[in-house]
Amino acid sequence: MEKELIRLENISKSFDGTLVLDELDLVIHENEFVTLLGPSGCGKTTTLRIIGGFETPDTGRVIFDGKDITDLPPNKRQLNTVFQKYALFTHMDIAENIAFGLKIHNKPKSYIDDKIKYALKLVGLEGYEHRKPSSLSGGQQQRIAIARAIVNEPKVLLLDEPLGALDLKLRQEMQYELIRLKNEIGITFIYVTHDQEEALTMSDHIVVMNQGYIQQEGSPEDIYNEPENAFVADFIGDSNIIDAVMVRDELVNILGTEFPCVDKGFGEMKPVDVVIRPEDVELVSPDKGIITGEVTHIIFKGVHYEMEVTALGFEWLVHSTDMFPVGQTVGIWVDPYNIQIMNKPESEDEEAIPLDV
Amino acid sequence: MFKNKKTSAALSAPYTAWMTIFIIVPLLMIFYYGLTDSQGSLTLANITAIGYGVYFKSLLLALWLSFLCTLICFILAYPLALILARVSKNAGQGLIITIFILPMWMNFLLRTYAWLTLLEGNGIINGILSFLHLPTQHMINTPTAIVFGMVYNFLPFMVLPLYNAISRIDTAVFEAARDLGAGRRQTLFRITLPLSVNGIISGVTMVFIPALTTFAISTLLGGSKVLLIGNVIESTFTQVYDWHLGSGLSIVLMIFIIINMIISNISDARQEAEG
Ligand SMILES: Nc1ncnc2c1ncn2[C@@H]1O[C@H](COP(=O)(O)OP(=O)(O)OP(=O)(O)O)[C@@H](O)[C@H]1O
Ligand SMILES: [Mg+2]
Repeated sequence: MEKELIRLENISKSFDGTLVLDELDLVIHENEFVTLLGPSGCGKTTTLRIIGGFETPDTGRVIFDGKDITDLPPNKRQLNTVFQKYALFTHMDIAENIAFGLKIHNKPKSYIDDKIKYALKLVGLEGYEHRKPSSLSGGQQQRIAIARAIVNEPKVLLLDEPLGALDLKLRQEMQYELIRLKNEIGITFIYVTHDQEEALTMSDHIVVMNQGYIQQEGSPEDIYNEPENAFVADFIGDSNIIDAVMVRDELVNILGTEFPCVDKGFGEMKPVDVVIRPEDVELVSPDKGIITGEVTHIIFKGVHYEMEVTALGFEWLVHSTDMFPVGQTVGIWVDPYNIQIMNKPESEDEEAIPLDV
Repeated sequence: MFKNKKTSAALSAPYTAWMTIFIIVPLLMIFYYGLTDSQGSLTLANITAIGYGVYFKSLLLALWLSFLCTLICFILAYPLALILARVSKNAGQGLIITIFILPMWMNFLLRTYAWLTLLEGNGIINGILSFLHLPTQHMINTPTAIVFGMVYNFLPFMVLPLYNAISRIDTAVFEAARDLGAGRRQTLFRITLPLSVNGIISGVTMVFIPALTTFAISTLLGGSKVLLIGNVIESTFTQVYDWHLGSGLSIVLMIFIIINMIISNISDARQEAEG
């Protein structure tokens, strides 16, 4: 594991009496691509702004490279931000925009010129030096915003939904672009998004937030395959989240039927949440399934069919490349490895509100 | 905007009539009188008169005092506009602006009379000074008094365009400057000022033009001791009854105003082009 670079300790922040961040702790390591992921209003931007120095936390400390920077103004911090709406300086041309930070730090002219060239090359906009920001497309302005930040060689780049305003195709292009950039310049990225697909594609480390709490942290695989609670499971990808009772180790009772599973240590007859990803629900002939049900809906999604199967009074969401017509009785079989058991939230406070999206 | 030209012509008729009667016709008359002598023959004498004696002196003084007034207004108004733009909407921004505009609801002459009683030889300010055993000042009927009056009357015309321009700048732009290492002062000079240049130009125009042409303020606070070009033009009309000379001098003043407006139009057009 790389060296620790940023540590948020016990950060709380409220606006007008509303608690937005509640005793948040977070450690970010050097050279990581960290994504703060969560629904709108969960405090992602606020967290980023506290790291950038644009907000002061009510309690807690921000430690950067071993030093407490909680009260340091943004211009004294060794990090740069890429703002969501680019925030380019409209009265300057592209070269002047990129040179801004370097001029402030009194770098020699030849150094600045080299840096402008290098940065424009890096973001694929050579020859744009003397254009005005308003004459550039959204995607191009975003690249300039990135170029303007990275020429200062920050240790950390903060990006707040930098692709939010771009259309789908450009977004995907820019996602790869950003990953390439990150690998090329080798700095830490802290990235904010509410798009779970973007987070899964780009990150080394994902921090899932909801209502000012960190719900789960881990690699994209961890987060997707082993969500720790119903909120994370629901927010990351589609899933079937079902009330269940853990009968004993490796056996769970789902809606009255016992399913073998591989999880242990939850105790006996303990209420739990069960997550089964739609691609892990296998449709088989009725005699081969653990339970049987009836197909009630089917949509063709291109790569797969998305079906709803009613069984045990629950609508099971199923992704499959095989097609089963509406009305057909099918068997449902789930591999014990694909049944993810989660503790129910302990306190009302941490109650993760499932999203209806 | 309108479906056919007829409707739009019909709708704009009252304005066209208004403009013709109250703007175009008087302008044409001024040009007629200004460019002719009492015999009705063409002459430039009324205009070149500005180069001589009291006319020249009063023009220079008016230019100097309105420059001072504009400068003082700018220095006072910019920090105020900055603060106004930063105060969030619910934290009484509207209230501050209202308090600021409130004096403008009072009659202009009344406001200026108030300054008279403040600045007079045995007025309120000197009263306070002598109460504090400080030497009293001769203030009324001096250029200083006129500048006081001008600044007081025209300051809101500077504040409002500045406030407008500054509050229109996306706050993320200031944050971007801070983020890139600029301190508060550098952000002010490299970002805020250049991005509000349009507000500055329209504020300057809106203060400089009325200050340059005023005769009411200089009559009240300058007595007959300090003559500005406005006073001189007024008296050529109302006391000397020389409409030709008065019009000629007005045309000269108009040239200054037009130059000022051209500058502000150019800056508007430039901003529009930059989006
Ligand atoms: N300056 C502010 N003043 C008052 N309330 C604020 C301020 N900034 C944020 N908030 C509130 O704090 C909460 C969290 O805001 P934040 O911007 O951090 O959310 P977010 O996770 O970035 O959401 P989004 O995905 O919509 O950008 C929101 O309810 C927001 O209304
Ligand atoms: Mg946000």
